Amino acid sequence: MTSSTLIKSFERAKEDNRAALLTYTVGGDPDKKTSLNIFKSIAESGADIIECGLGHGANIGDGGAIQDSTYRALSGGIKTDDIFEIIEDFKKDYETDVIIMTYQNKIMAYGEEDFLEKCVSSKVSGIICVDWPWPLNLDFAKKCKENSIVFIQLLCPTTNQDRLKSILNDAHEVVYYISMLSTTGQKLKVSSDEIKKRFNLIKKISPDKKCIIGFGITADTINDFKDTDACVVGSALCREITRSIDEELNPATNVGNMVSDLKQKLSS
Amino acid sequence: MKLEKGIPLIDQHDENGYWGGKFGGNQIAESLNYPIEELTREFEKLRNDKTFIAERDFYFKNFVGAPTPFIKLENLTKHLGGAQIYCKLVSKATGGAHKAYNAVVHSLICKRLGKTYIGGDTGAGYAGKMLSMAAAKFNLKCKIFMGAKDVERQSINVFSMRSYGAEVVPVNSGSQTLVDAVSECMRWWTSENEEAHMCVGSTVGPTIFVKICAWSTAQISREMKKQVMDEFGEVPKDMKLINCVGGGSSAAGFWNEWIDYDNIELIGVEAGGPEGSSKHAAPLTNDSPIGVLHGATQYVIQDDQGEIEETDSISAGLDYPGVSPLHCFLKETGRARYTSASDEEAIEAFQLVSKNEGFVSPSLEPSHAFAEAIKIAPKLSKDTVIVVDSCGDSAKDSKIIAERLGYKI
Repeated sequence: MTSSTLIKSFERAKEDNRAALLTYTVGGDPDKKTSLNIFKSIAESGADIIECGLGHGANIGDGGAIQDSTYRALSGGIKTDDIFEIIEDFKKDYETDVIIMTYQNKIMAYGEEDFLEKCVSSKVSGIICVDWPWPLNLDFAKKCKENSIVFIQLLCPTTNQDRLKSILNDAHEVVYYISMLSTTGQKLKVSSDEIKKRFNLIKKISPDKKCIIGFGITADTINDFKDTDACVVGSALCREITRSIDEELNPATNVGNMVSDLKQKLSS
Repeated sequence: MKLEKGIPLIDQHDENGYWGGKFGGNQIAESLNYPIEELTREFEKLRNDKTFIAERDFYFKNFVGAPTPFIKLENLTKHLGGAQIYCKLVSKATGGAHKAYNAVVHSLICKRLGKTYIGGDTGAGYAGKMLSMAAAKFNLKCKIFMGAKDVERQSINVFSMRSYGAEVVPVNSGSQTLVDAVSECMRWWTSENEEAHMCVGSTVGPTIFVKICAWSTAQISREMKKQVMDEFGEVPKDMKLINCVGGGSSAAGFWNEWIDYDNIELIGVEAGGPEGSSKHAAPLTNDSPIGVLHGATQYVIQDDQGEIEETDSISAGLDYPGVSPLHCFLKETGRARYTSASDEEAIEAFQLVSKNEGFVSPSLEPSHAFAEAIKIAPKLSKDTVIVVDSCGDSAKDSKIIAERLGYKI
């Protein structure tokens, strides 16, 4: 089953005595072919799970670097079907799990059932939907489960205790902890220790659930999260794609190098 | 989907914030859940708090200038030769439009929340201008998000906002207009909500913002109800209330007290854009697909990928791809009728009203509403009363209108 492969990715990292490394880049940035190459390069550089952004122009959660990536993909004419094709092509050669991160209107416009059908056929393991909070997402989460796709619930520093418990109770095997109140890619404004305290609280309530930590993590701080389940780096990679394009360098190679460096820092 | 009688329109949503189980809601990132719950709790308390109401009324009366006039447009009525045409001259409110009501209420709420910083979005610049004015009065730090294109087009309003001490942030993403300004403002609030309050400039966004805005603009119909009784001695048997609809804040306020009167027809006029163009800002009239924009489910102008499409209207205040969940609900229940007027019809209406009435010179937004009144009035009897909400003054649009009519300013 797809969902159990996602859990295996976490477990493999745990066997290495480290957190799993997740990368976030926008699917189709800057174009279909390069985006596929970026995914391949990320996988070869040791990322455990690939988060693929299905970008939305009117997003309310993305910081500047990811907005730039989204804008490049969308203005290049990337459609939802192109994202599924990129993932499907990638999965032909790589085992690395892919999860889609998107916004509700993208799923609505595609049609929930059709969207899930495509997720299954292109071997997507999980879905994160930024603007579809608990409990409004429960019907869709159930449909995900029926298709063996993990719907990843979001938690944040201001999710109060009761809500936290309820969300965890309904959550599938993986949740995502937004480490600080901000959009993506801002400077980490809380200490790593504080984040880990919240992480431990989540694990105390739900020891069996894997918890991804995201927002504000860079090469400088990633080692602080070595003992957690998983952490995501996104904006730094999107920025690297922008830089590579501006300087006419190969974005796949450069993003790959960055991922290797992150992996090494997470492992040391 | 059914409208309930005796319950304010803003309270007819379900526990998840959906009107008719379908429109509105809080489709937001988890990090906005807490501040939205906090604001919802606080607003429910404040709207039942007599001191707060007295404070609101004091500022509405002494700063915004309530009540605004309710007058008969004698010359226009005679010219069109049909229904009697009246006008609620909301453009006489401070700042020249209805946006001051929402700005004052949000500033008062911000203070009650113990926050010292307020941020808001703006398209044409009116919502931003009023919020900056209110923020200056109430000693709040103020940040206004505005599409970079609008900053360029509405430089006079940008100058005003800066004069009131607001920081104007040009938004360079996407189409660089209102839709992007709202997105950016919500992103800002996601980061700053511990210290800052957000004001959404219309009856759009997550449920609580729709409610606060419509609660604020309801002042328009509260005043008018009394004025109608003074004028006619009773509620006229055949009355039609015509209002332009962009986000829908002035129409929501203009209709609020009249929703339960079945004999009163509510007509909303959207921006049809340039004649012959497929770009418009009329999601209700043209049955746009339902989608999620800025945290709420509504009719949205979008492509088959769920990407928000650019709109085109001569009136910056109506140039929004979505529309208030309240209006989606009023449309679906059949309580209000929605139609559109083109840029050209709006300009003609502006000319006809200004020429006939002098003291009433509508901005391009209410000119859309007047266009509909002009269209239907001649076919109606003298016993029919049409009231148009002239919710903005043409002064702000002089340059655009003059250029359109071939004058150089």
